[in-house]
Amino acid sequence: MSDFLKWVSTLNPWLEILVIVGVFLLVVALILFFVEIAPRSGRTYTIVRLAACVAFPALLLWFLQSYQWAIIAAGVLGLLFFFLDRRAKGGAGSLFQLFAFLTPAALLLLVGLIIPTIQTVIQSFMNSRGTTFVGFDNFAWIFSQPQNLRVIINTIVWVLIAPIVSTIAGLAYAYFIDKTRGERYYKILVFLPMAISFVGASIIWRFMYTARPADAEQIGFLNQVIVWLGGQPYNFLAVEPWNTIFLIVVLIWIQTGFAMVILSAAIKGVPTEQLEAAELDGTNGWQKFINVVVPGIRPALIVVLTTISIASLKVFDIVRTMTAGANNTSVIANEMYTQFRSFEAGRSAAFAVILFLLVMPIVIYNAIQLKKQREVR
Amino acid sequence: MSAVMPVDLPIDDESKKELARGARRADRDMFGSTKKRLTSRWATVAALVIALLWTIPTFGVLISSFRPREYIQTTGWWTIFENWGWTLDNYATALQAGNSQLTMAQAFVNSFAITIPATVIPISIALLAAYAFAWMDFRGRNILFILVFALQIVPIQMALIPLLQLFARGTIFGIPVIEAIGSAGYAQVWIAHTMFALPLAIFLLHNFVSEIPSEVIEAARVDGAGHGQIFFRLILPLTMPAIASVAIFQFLWVWNDLLVALIFADGNVAPITKLLAEMTGNRGQDWYLLTAGAFIALAVPLVVFISLQRFFVRGLLAGSTKG
Repeated sequence: MSDFLKWVSTLNPWLEILVIVGVFLLVVALILFFVEIAPRSGRTYTIVRLAACVAFPALLLWFLQSYQWAIIAAGVLGLLFFFLDRRAKGGAGSLFQLFAFLTPAALLLLVGLIIPTIQTVIQSFMNSRGTTFVGFDNFAWIFSQPQNLRVIINTIVWVLIAPIVSTIAGLAYAYFIDKTRGERYYKILVFLPMAISFVGASIIWRFMYTARPADAEQIGFLNQVIVWLGGQPYNFLAVEPWNTIFLIVVLIWIQTGFAMVILSAAIKGVPTEQLEAAELDGTNGWQKFINVVVPGIRPALIVVLTTISIASLKVFDIVRTMTAGANNTSVIANEMYTQFRSFEAGRSAAFAVILFLLVMPIVIYNAIQLKKQREVR
Repeated sequence: MSAVMPVDLPIDDESKKELARGARRADRDMFGSTKKRLTSRWATVAALVIALLWTIPTFGVLISSFRPREYIQTTGWWTIFENWGWTLDNYATALQAGNSQLTMAQAFVNSFAITIPATVIPISIALLAAYAFAWMDFRGRNILFILVFALQIVPIQMALIPLLQLFARGTIFGIPVIEAIGSAGYAQVWIAHTMFALPLAIFLLHNFVSEIPSEVIEAARVDGAGHGQIFFRLILPLTMPAIASVAIFQFLWVWNDLLVALIFADGNVAPITKLLAEMTGNRGQDWYLLTAGAFIALAVPLVVFISLQRFFVRGLLAGSTKG
């Protein structure tokens, strides 16, 4: 494969896109073709199926420039699979179809996510070069260094502030502009930041935060406002501990639009009868909001809060671009990358594992919810 | 890590219906006409203030990117009327700026070369898997599906380094499996993005694919169509809008990504986000470069986002209203 890829990489980038997408779609078409003829009976089809079973895995590994033993093993497994398939409950070819649909995704998930996750967990118990087992040393190191504790505290601050503030801002905005003239344009203004990358947003906000000496003219808008109000220019990104808050502002700026879109849909879904009943009872706007609307959209609120919480736990780009973790603003994801860059594979993995443990409860909770749902059906 | 993710958490059926109803109304309200005024004067003021606060940062950078270099560095963009002057020089300079290995113009092309395959490939693979999960009966289907779902919340940080080692050495658990790919062009980034995108894409597409009425599928089966034909002739055209909305997310995700690019796209294949982040580190006060650079990078997602807004909102609500 590397020969093919090397050849591709010499092409013009635009041509490269065409070649890769074309080759890939051809492979998908081939898979669909074999799936279509798989269940047909008759000797020719059986032979085609047999050939496909053995040739597909072997050719794939050959293409990946695997070792001979692996190619042969894949071919033998394919042969085994052919016989399994012939005796399958759904008739010959049924397993073949299922595997054709699922294998590409399953293989990629296995190689790209499941195995690496296990490897990272193991790595976190190894030394920096991954050669000797060191037990919990990496974790002990993380929890004994004051600056690392600071990293963890910062992450917790992110998770506590960002979801709540963006949800409240998004909810308020969605409610204010609900069913107004020009709602569409109001919405675009606030959810436009969602299209902007974290890197772009970081540049935009660094520009907002820029500070010039007190005697010079300010070029950062926020410091200009402070000067207009008679204050001294303030270095937003340097002064602890508030600089973390000013980084969180960037995430809030982005995620409010997300919260707004979801919650706006939820608000519109609140049954009109309930709202009318509340109006008949003579409630004012605030009471109606608290007693009818908020309970009505509770599930949507939880979804929004959880989604933004996950995003704030994993936040990396903003910290990387704005401060690179300087002045005690680092978070777990950034520290994981920093340690990796300084060749501390074990410590880097330990940070990743801590991040994993922090999202674990959310994963488990949601998996259980999903399981319940699918059992009902 | 991208700025936004579609809502994909499982919620109960009642709220799903509610959200779906709201989403339909939102569609109507957003693209149809509504007549009512704001609820109260204070609400109007509050909404205007929020809208203004949310727009100022981007607006300031946009204005600044067109101002002459010496003006940007010495005066604020709000003084544009006193220090009048517009120029495109910043964009010209920014496109040629960069590091020793590539300029921003090349990085911009790289971003396309990374993003387009990294959108088409995972979505095709995910659609195949989504079809199997929705319309093929097999033992362990639920467990497998829940596993895929759980994988999407696992931070990609868990997978980055071992995957890099696999590409560099070709070993899994120390067992040599493939020849090292090395850094041959964009291949590493494509594969990495494909792998990381799959769980979410499978989950979202499954929600759409399983929505197709089973009578339609049954009828096709009676007519003698196999899974291949059903997939190609029925599923593909019927889920096209859904595929489009998932594709927009994947496109924005990859285009805006920094973390995966930092690890897997080195040297002359780096995308624009990586170059911009690097420039922010090295030349953090050269605002004439950064403002123009930021807008070069923003232009594509903004155009995609604004022109395909309808799909975007629909996609955002996909996980919760469907399925």
